[in-house]
Amino acid sequence: MESLIIILVGVLTTVAIYLVLSKNIVRVILGTAILSHAVHLLILSMGGLKLGAVPLLGEEAETYVDALPQALILTAIVISFAVTAFILVLAYRAHQELGTDNLSAMRGSDDE
Amino acid sequence: MNNLLVLPMLLPIVVGVLLIFLRTYGRVQAWISIASMLVTSGISVYLLHKVQTDGIFRLDFGGWEPPFGILFVADSFSVLLVLTSSIVTAICLSYALISTSKELQTMYFYPSVLFLIAGVNGSFLTGDLFNLFVCFEVMLLSSYVLLTLGNSKRQLREAIKYVSINIVSSWFFLVALAFLYGAVGTLNMAHVAERVAEVGQTPLLTTISIVFLIVFSLKAGLLLYFWLPGSYSSPPIVTSALFGALLTKVGIYALFRTFSLIFYHQPETTHLLIGIMAALTLIGGSLGAIAFNDIRTIAAYNVVIAVGFILVGLAISTPASIEGSIYYLIHDMVAKALLFLLVGTMITLSGTSKMAGMSGLMKNYPLLGWSFFVTMLSLAGIPPLSGFIGKVLISGAAIDSGSYVLLALALLSSIFVLYSLLRVFKNCFWGETIVSKEEQPPLRKGVLWPCLALVLLTIGIGLGTEGMAPYVTDAAETLLNPGIYIDAVLGLIQ
Repeated sequence: MESLIIILVGVLTTVAIYLVLSKNIVRVILGTAILSHAVHLLILSMGGLKLGAVPLLGEEAETYVDALPQALILTAIVISFAVTAFILVLAYRAHQELGTDNLSAMRGSDDE
Repeated sequence: MNNLLVLPMLLPIVVGVLLIFLRTYGRVQAWISIASMLVTSGISVYLLHKVQTDGIFRLDFGGWEPPFGILFVADSFSVLLVLTSSIVTAICLSYALISTSKELQTMYFYPSVLFLIAGVNGSFLTGDLFNLFVCFEVMLLSSYVLLTLGNSKRQLREAIKYVSINIVSSWFFLVALAFLYGAVGTLNMAHVAERVAEVGQTPLLTTISIVFLIVFSLKAGLLLYFWLPGSYSSPPIVTSALFGALLTKVGIYALFRTFSLIFYHQPETTHLLIGIMAALTLIGGSLGAIAFNDIRTIAAYNVVIAVGFILVGLAISTPASIEGSIYYLIHDMVAKALLFLLVGTMITLSGTSKMAGMSGLMKNYPLLGWSFFVTMLSLAGIPPLSGFIGKVLISGAAIDSGSYVLLALALLSSIFVLYSLLRVFKNCFWGETIVSKEEQPPLRKGVLWPCLALVLLTIGIGLGTEGMAPYVTDAAETLLNPGIYIDAVLGLIQ
């Protein structure tokens, strides 16, 4: 199960890096969103994956999954959500002001 | 009583939330935020004293004892940095009160600064690696907002670069955390340190440590500083001063903490790598500092040089060099804020940031000129100013450990710092006065007071080194003997 998830993480990361390296700002943002999904899956699988088990419910439970990675992912999701929202607004404002969504055209000169 | 430990992070957050409701009252916001920073400084003085008398202490949130819960840990190193950053922020805020436009002041500038400080102080105090990530993000999100406030084209352009590079570096941070959790099964710093010491630093752990090195280097501007000059020279000057004084320092703090507490078993790999990166940073920063004509860019490259210099101390890792780095870190927070504030005042006066457009400012503004002169000497490391003691200790340690390449580069970089600022001093303050005093835009009343306060602080740190010595020695001792830190955090349980 872990190996399968790790391969999935690899695929997601590949897709994300392809998107991040493109010149269109919206594609870069989509890339960063996928990037964060990849790392969330990675954290999840680092805690060990057990089919059909839940986080610890009582002291007598026979099998349970590590609850810590889930807490970590929850925090990381909230943060990446906020950052993605911010950069989307930033890209929109930049598009309004600079009139382009192409990162090469955005370079501009230092004299402005 | 150690509940006080949470206040350096909690107080700015609570006050920041409060200030959001006072949006239209710029001056009121400024005074409240300055007051809260002064209270934070007072608390950190008390904490520092307490660490000195009772040793390292901690605060377990929710009563969950380590290694199970999140905790804040106060040792001399972190509390010294909290203290310095609070004082520097209070002074920068008073500069903002006097100099920035009303528009900026009423657009959530002060709440963002306070949230930034909450993140910075939290990063210094936390004893948990994932919590460090969260505090980093709090700090970064506020810095994104501060960087874009003002909405000029240049700011938006630089902000896109800055935000994207930081998203990628946060991603690396999460990857490193995931692998570390997979390898040692804990994220509490002291517990990680203990387990790494138990199993030995295997190649896998060394690789993980290098991922951490990449993450923190991106934040600190160690070798991976290519985003730094652009984004530090585009926002309003107060923001640049805060960024220059605080943001890179958090990365440096994280590097010191992880590579002295956790990953110190393989110095021939990790510390050598840090040494090489520091050397390249010194070279790159020095070249940048003399290559540009824009005084803000020159100031930004001076930040890069300082990062390289401080990390030379970590690369050598002897008691003297670590002490030197801590002195220099504290000095640099004060001196870089001062440098940026002075540069900002010069730009306001002459209406341009190019050296060619300024000349003979000395005649009309002698006080500004001499403040700049003192800053320059302080950054170059002339006694009795604050930069001196750090440079002496690091150079001495480099000689003792035989790292002559690092020694040569560190000293050469000081000459480049002196040259780059001397060039600014000569071109902008001396020479023919182009405009008469009547034509020059008047200096706002009181705008030099914050700068003078920082000048006094840099002289004070230089002259009062003796008084700081016990705290800095204690901080260095804790960094070099991880056992003290681990005992203080996990001691009660085992």
